[in-house]
Amino acid sequence: MLAKRIIPCLDVKDGRTVKGVNFVNLKDAGDPVELGCMYSDAGADELVYLDITATHQGRETFTEVVKRIAAGISIPFTVGGGIGSVQDVERMLSAGADKVSVNSAAIRRPELISEIAGAFGQQVCVVAIDARMIDGNWKCHLNGGRLATDIDLFDWAVQAADMGAGEILFTSMDHDGVHGGYANEALARLHDIVPVPVIASGGAGRMEHFRDAFLLGKADAALAAGVFHFGEIDVKELKRYLCGQGIPVRIN
Amino acid sequence: MKVAIIKYNGGNISSVMHALDRLGAEYVLTDDRTLLENADKVIFPGVGEAAATMSHLREKGLDEVIRRLTRPVLGICLGQQLMCSSSEEGDTDCLGIFDVPVKRFQPSALLEKVPHMGWNEITECRGSLFSGIGDNPYVYFVHSYYVPVCPWTAAVTGYIQPFSSALHKDNFYATQFHPEKSGPVGAAILSNFLKL
Repeated sequence: MLAKRIIPCLDVKDGRTVKGVNFVNLKDAGDPVELGCMYSDAGADELVYLDITATHQGRETFTEVVKRIAAGISIPFTVGGGIGSVQDVERMLSAGADKVSVNSAAIRRPELISEIAGAFGQQVCVVAIDARMIDGNWKCHLNGGRLATDIDLFDWAVQAADMGAGEILFTSMDHDGVHGGYANEALARLHDIVPVPVIASGGAGRMEHFRDAFLLGKADAALAAGVFHFGEIDVKELKRYLCGQGIPVRIN
Repeated sequence: MKVAIIKYNGGNISSVMHALDRLGAEYVLTDDRTLLENADKVIFPGVGEAAATMSHLREKGLDEVIRRLTRPVLGICLGQQLMCSSSEEGDTDCLGIFDVPVKRFQPSALLEKVPHMGWNEITECRGSLFSGIGDNPYVYFVHSYYVPVCPWTAAVTGYIQPFSSALHKDNFYATQFHPEKSGPVGAAILSNFLKL
């Protein structure tokens, strides 16, 4: 049976992982490769690395980091942050990334999705969507959530899949950082209308939240950052818990 | 030990090279007939489109070279599919090492998404490729076409219907999944291949 996936997300700035990562057993928790290896060893199914660097020079550093990740890690990984063109995607894939995620650039120019899918295959293109509820409707946001649009989450997700998105990564800005659980109702609706896998993001605080994202939200994968980085939830323990809840997960 | 990776117009061969690096294996990436024929092991990796890749192989004369290899050969993903008789992807004849046609997944419900992507179990594993990897381990798949269960099936995975997640006949081995992306289990399978 196809396993539900657990995906730690790491932010990288100027070649270093950020967010208060506190692992005593790591020599260098700021090293994206060492941290990624630790998650991989613990049983993470995939990794997402987001480049949050703003400068051109930092971007080049990120490409070098991607090369090191590809050499060091034996599970699939996605890279995102600042991907705006087929050339950007090509640079990331030739550095060794398995998939790329696009966000604002795809909303501004949806053809980007079909260009990426056409050049490299549908499975390469993850469309990330940041949305929050405004007056009862889920609205997409740009620029890391700073800029609201009038675009409906569900309309955009369907269009993105239609244009060749291989997966939809939906982050609920209302739930992100609150640690109260994922946006399960919206996730379930996405699952029902989108013909590609949906990755839940935003809201994980306890292991039960992952269970609910899979059972209630019908998500194919669940992504989290803080709860893993701060050691509040251990990936290995989480997998055992989900297995005990009857959810198909990879435990090797 | 000399490992040759078949060089062709497919993508993401670097992940196979990284996996061999992690195992400490030496290899060459080549489309040279003599190097391929004299290698101890040959890996035929693959990410790409079947028809385009087959015509590339024919142009380079690699189709004949691969068919006639006598040392252990491992086809991965598209590599496995191209070792079969034909593929519905681009409606092309393939190498015909395994006399079985490659078909496209036909999802019957929204739950069954195509491509089949992610971690799934391999069952009914047989042969030395799978020694010491435990029962029904999870490995990583990304594909929209599949090889039906046939006399050369060496592992079975269920998605939409049971299909061949590995094949074996004489010196030819193949996996639909990506051992190079399948964590420790994948590394063990690659290491088993190198020890054949």
